[in-house]
Amino acid sequence: MAKDIHENEARDKAVVENNRREVERAGKQGPADVSDDEIDARAERALNSEAEPQDRGAAFRSRRYEQKRDRRDGGGSSRALIGIGLGLATAGAAAFFFAKQREDELSDGPLISDAPDHVLRGKALEKARNTEAGAALVGRTVTVNKPKQELYAVWRDFARFPEFMDNVREIVKLDEQRSEWTIEAPMGATVKVLTRIVEDVPGTTIAWVSEPESQIETAGRVEFADAAEGRGTFVRLVMRYTPPAGTIGRLTAKVLQREPQIQARRDLRRFKQLMETGEIPINASPSGRKSESPTEATI
Amino acid sequence: MRALTWHGRHDVRVDTVPDPEIVLPRDCIIKVTSTAICGSDLHLYDAYIPTLRAGDVLGHEFMGEVVETGTKSTLKKGQRVVVPFTISCGQCFFCEKQQFSACDNSNPAETSDASETLMGHAMGAAFGYAHLTGGYAGGQAEYVRVPFSDVGPIVIPDGLDDDKVLFLSDILPTGWQAAENADIEPGDTVAVWGCGPVGLFAIQSALLMGAHRVIAIDHYPRRLELAKQMGAEVLDYREVEVLEALKEMTGGIGPDAVIDCVGMESHGLSVDNVLDTVKAHTFLGTERPHALRQAIIACRKGGRVSIPGVYGGFADKFPLGQLMEKGLSVKSGQTHMQRYLKPLLDLIREDKIDTTFMISHREPLEKAAEMYRHWHDEQNTYTKIVLKPEMAKQRETPAPTARVSEPA
Repeated sequence: MAKDIHENEARDKAVVENNRREVERAGKQGPADVSDDEIDARAERALNSEAEPQDRGAAFRSRRYEQKRDRRDGGGSSRALIGIGLGLATAGAAAFFFAKQREDELSDGPLISDAPDHVLRGKALEKARNTEAGAALVGRTVTVNKPKQELYAVWRDFARFPEFMDNVREIVKLDEQRSEWTIEAPMGATVKVLTRIVEDVPGTTIAWVSEPESQIETAGRVEFADAAEGRGTFVRLVMRYTPPAGTIGRLTAKVLQREPQIQARRDLRRFKQLMETGEIPINASPSGRKSESPTEATI
Repeated sequence: MRALTWHGRHDVRVDTVPDPEIVLPRDCIIKVTSTAICGSDLHLYDAYIPTLRAGDVLGHEFMGEVVETGTKSTLKKGQRVVVPFTISCGQCFFCEKQQFSACDNSNPAETSDASETLMGHAMGAAFGYAHLTGGYAGGQAEYVRVPFSDVGPIVIPDGLDDDKVLFLSDILPTGWQAAENADIEPGDTVAVWGCGPVGLFAIQSALLMGAHRVIAIDHYPRRLELAKQMGAEVLDYREVEVLEALKEMTGGIGPDAVIDCVGMESHGLSVDNVLDTVKAHTFLGTERPHALRQAIIACRKGGRVSIPGVYGGFADKFPLGQLMEKGLSVKSGQTHMQRYLKPLLDLIREDKIDTTFMISHREPLEKAAEMYRHWHDEQNTYTKIVLKPEMAKQRETPAPTARVSEPA
């Protein structure tokens, strides 16, 4: 008992001593060590560079807001608010980052999730047996309120792809198994892909691969499965592709929204719209923007 | 044509823009005869809604005459129609379940991406309400392109004035659904926050649905007067402590159901609201849910919370524990318009529901920008503004004669 008390006292003393030293150190460094210019420079750095990788959008919006405020009342307090805001945003981003890192820790056993491969992430994605190095896997499932035979029939007739696939300009059927796709690529270029159907289960599955002479290496698979009674059909599109010109090509494609993940999402959505409503809705309507036509879609 | 376009925070203008055209087979074009400014247009005016772009035509409460039809439209030229503010295909899972505002097809593939990222699922489309909900041009204009015109618009029989049926386009069904979402039982006391047009219709609807009492909360005397006129007891929150008043008026139990007809830009000088305002202006938060917080605290144990008020994203200091511990149920959402159009039109024809009492101003479309300013700044006197595109032309005609009579 007495020993415990003694130990506690010793610990308390150590804590007090440590605090004293901290205070001293802070006192020495003091605000006098930091010039006004340095504070401004730090604030500038915080506003311009540090925040950008975390949340470019927020920093941009804050700057825009700040400019507006500066015009109105000369900045001042709004800067302080933005400073606090960015601080909180950075802290939030850091917390998210660490939480995400923890989630990525994975045991060595087999994967246990009942989900398709294309939603795997982090280490699980690396572990998945059917991901080849350098190839990307994208997939997406939508529910279409139509029987699967009807949907299969439209998909099997590859010639209708340009109706709902934004970057497929034309499809020429060479024979029952093979067709030639003309695909829009970044910078107005087009690529030719020769595909061959490798699996065809009426009403259920269509799978295709690109022939060696194609300009892009790709493979696709669409599956149709009954949803619960009266709830239509699950349509799942999974595509594997080797990005054009490696990472740079993929980045370019992403910037131009030709990135396959986005493309697959939008294409499937259009397919659903076309099948369910008979048309693909577009928001074409008048606006005060001179460059736009009331008959063309705007984003 | 002339149309009201948005250019930035508190900057809307009546501009000349191209006429709309038929683009898809199920479209129609209507010539607008009446259109209103909605409370939720103020969220756009105040730039609280992301993805609105400079040049967008606003307005989602409108009606008019069919002037052009696509090959698959079921409407006929010359018909008078009220157009619901949400756009629904009628054929997806959600439309078939009568959850029309959740339509899975009306929001184009390009614009639905953004809302899918923000909300988890793509939102249905609406007229004149930013690109998150499709980016379709709105109805504060002379003409509007109406997609899926075979599903949305309701044909109005002759002999019913525009003013009587115009609010079928949004606020009447919205107020009605708000009351329906409160699951009112006989003997219930319903508290309604916000006596704007939706609040006033919610009050009327709640009483029609058999609520024993409705208590309305606001701070604009004129709006509280209208609420009283509709049969509500009223509370001016500048005069009373609302929570205490509600408790006292309900014998300590609290209202059985609460309805938040205020939404994301709540008024009120309280600590939480001041903080929310600061955050909204520094883009740290999107909501000022002061009224909703108060409603949840006020609601009786096991009561119902109905939220027709518009919110855009994440809210801070949300009384989640209170919601759980008191066992409240929450219903919310944009209005499933097509569900209510026919029954509410019948109620209007039978004079069971008063739809014109709140209209304080009828003005030409040309004055729309000025009207937005009044709607924003003078909410006590401007209780509902209806714009009439034709009115401007009638006024233009006598103008030259007036000029001639002036001395040279």
